Amino acid sequence: MIKHFPVLVIIIPLLLALIAPVAGRINRIYSWVIAFLATLFSFIIAAILLYQVMYSGTISYWMGGWEPPWGIEYVIDYFSAFVLAIVAFLAWLVTIFARKSVAAEIEEKKLPAFYGVYLLFIVGLMGMIVTGDIFNLYVFLEISSLTAYALVAMGKSRRAPLAGFRYLVIGTVGATFILLGIGYLYIATGTLNMADLGARLPGLFNSKLVITAFAFFAIGFSIKIALFPLHTWLPDAYTYAPSAVSALMASTGTKVAAYGFIRILFTVFGVRVFLEQWVSVPHFLIAVSSVAILMGSILAIAQTNIKKMLAYSSISQIGYIILGVALMNPTGLQGGLLHILNHAFMKCALFMSVGCITYKTGITSVADLKGLGFKQPYAMAAFTVAALSMIGIPLTVGFVSKWYLAMGSLENAMWYLIPVILISSILMLVYFWRVIDNIYFKAGKPIAEVEVSDAPASMLIPTVVVAALCLVFGTLAFIPVSITEKAALLLLG
Amino acid sequence: MMDFILAKYNFWIYVIIMMIGFYAVIAKSNLIKKIIGLNIFQTSVFLLFISIGKVEGGTVPIYQGVEAVYINPLPHVLILTAIVVGVSITAVAFALVVNIYREYGTIEENAILEMSKTDD
Repeated sequence: MIKHFPVLVIIIPLLLALIAPVAGRINRIYSWVIAFLATLFSFIIAAILLYQVMYSGTISYWMGGWEPPWGIEYVIDYFSAFVLAIVAFLAWLVTIFARKSVAAEIEEKKLPAFYGVYLLFIVGLMGMIVTGDIFNLYVFLEISSLTAYALVAMGKSRRAPLAGFRYLVIGTVGATFILLGIGYLYIATGTLNMADLGARLPGLFNSKLVITAFAFFAIGFSIKIALFPLHTWLPDAYTYAPSAVSALMASTGTKVAAYGFIRILFTVFGVRVFLEQWVSVPHFLIAVSSVAILMGSILAIAQTNIKKMLAYSSISQIGYIILGVALMNPTGLQGGLLHILNHAFMKCALFMSVGCITYKTGITSVADLKGLGFKQPYAMAAFTVAALSMIGIPLTVGFVSKWYLAMGSLENAMWYLIPVILISSILMLVYFWRVIDNIYFKAGKPIAEVEVSDAPASMLIPTVVVAALCLVFGTLAFIPVSITEKAALLLLG
Repeated sequence: MMDFILAKYNFWIYVIIMMIGFYAVIAKSNLIKKIIGLNIFQTSVFLLFISIGKVEGGTVPIYQGVEAVYINPLPHVLILTAIVVGVSITAVAFALVVNIYREYGTIEENAILEMSKTDD
C-alpha cells in the first residue's frame, strides 16, 4: 500500500472527481463532501510522502511496473514532495472555504459539475508535480489548464465566460509550444523520461534543435506562469472567477507551472549549461523578472477592483520566483522556492478574505471597503497579516524569501537587484496600505452602516489558519528553510 | 536552396500550417474563427510528431516472426493523447462561446469588448 502512495495521491481524487457529479444528483451536498474527502486524502498522503522523502530519500515509482526510461516514472524528491504538500494542503483548506462561498456564487444545479471540474483541476496540478515523464507533464498540464478555463468561466459576472475564453486561447498556444519543445527534445534524444533526458542532453547543447526546444519551453511556460509580458490572461481570469477558484488558482496554479519550468531548467537541461554555455539565458530571465516585479506592482496601484489589484500583485510575485530561479545559485534558488510556499499562503489568505467580504457585502471596489475592519474583524485581520507579509515585514514569511533573494543577488554580485526588491516592496506598501487605511482608519459610508457581520465559520477558519501560517512560517522559518535548502541543492546537483 | 527545403519538407509544411493557424488566432475577431485557427495551429504540431515517426523502408510495428525494420510508433501514440486534448479544448471553447453568445448576443470580439467596457 505505502509503496503505491505516489500514484494514489492522484488516483484517489481522479476517481472521486468522476463520482462527485453523480453523487451530487442524489443530494447537492454529497458532491462537496466527496471533494472534501478527496482533498483530505491527498493531503494526508502528500504529508506522508514528504515525511518518507525526509527520512529515506527520493522515491521512484514505476507506473505498471515498467522500468524507466521505457515506462512512465513518478519521482518524489525533496522538491516535488515540498510543492505537493503545499498544493494538497491549500486545496484542502480552499475546499472547506468553498462550500458556502461557491454556493453563494454559482447556481445550485451547477454545483455537482463544479466540484467534479474542481477536483480534476487539483488532479492536474498534483500530477504535474509527481511525474518524472515529460510527456506526462504535458498531459497533466492540459488537464489542469482545461479545467481552469472552465472554472474561470463559472464566475458570476457576465465577463467570466469571456475571461475564460481569452485564457483558453492564450493558454492553448502556450501548451502547444510546450508540446513542440517536447517533440524537439524527443527528436534530439529519443527519450521522454526527465532524468534520462538530463543524462543524454549534455553534449547536444550546440545543436540548433535543442536550443529551439528550450526556446519553446521558455515561452510556453512563461505563458502558463504569467511572466510579465505574457501575463495578459491572468488579471481577468482571477477577477471574474468565483472567489474560491481565485483563491485556489492564485495560490497553486501558477506555482505549479513555475514548478514545471524549474524541472525543465534544472532536471532536464541542468544548471551547468546555463552557467557555462547559455549564459545569456539566466541574464535574460533576470531582466524579464525584474521588469515583472516592478510592472506588476505599478499596475496593481492603478487598480480600483480589489481582486484585480491582487491579480496584478501576483504578476510581480511570479517575478520574484523566477528571479530566484534565474540567479542559479543555491541561496537565490532557495529564495525562489521559499517564495513559492510563501506566495501560495499569502495569496490564498488574501483571496479568501476578499471572498469573505464579497460573501457578506458583494463589495469589489477598494473605495467601498471603508470601516469594514470593525464589521468583519477576523477576515480583515487575516487580510492585514497577509498584506504585511506580502510587503515583507520581518517575522512574516514574505521577509524570509525576500531576504534569501537579496542574499542570492549579492552572491552573484548583482547589487542592482536589491533596489528592485526594495522599490517593489514600497510599491506594495502603497497599494496594500490603501486597503488597510480604508478598512481601519476611514469612516464607512452610509451604505456600510447596514448591519454587516463576519462571514460564516467554515469560511473564516481556513482564511485565518492560512494567515496565521504566514506568521508561523515567518517566525519558525527554519522549517521551510531546511526543506528548500535540500531541494535547492538537489536541483543544482 | 531547393535541396535544403526538400530535404526537410515535413518541417516546412508544419511551420507553414502552424503560421496559418496562428494568424487566424491573432487576426480574426470572430470567436469561432479563432477556435478554427487554434485547431489548425495544434494540428500542425500533430503532423510534425507523426512525420518524425517515419523510418525509411519501415513497416507496421507488429512482430510477425521475422526481423524487419519498423517505423517508430511512439510519436503516434503520443499524438493520440494530444488529439484527445485538442478535442477537449475545442469542446470547452465552443461551450464558452455559447455562454458568451447568451450574455452578449454576438460572437464578434470587437463588439463584445465594446459592450463589456460598461460592465464591472
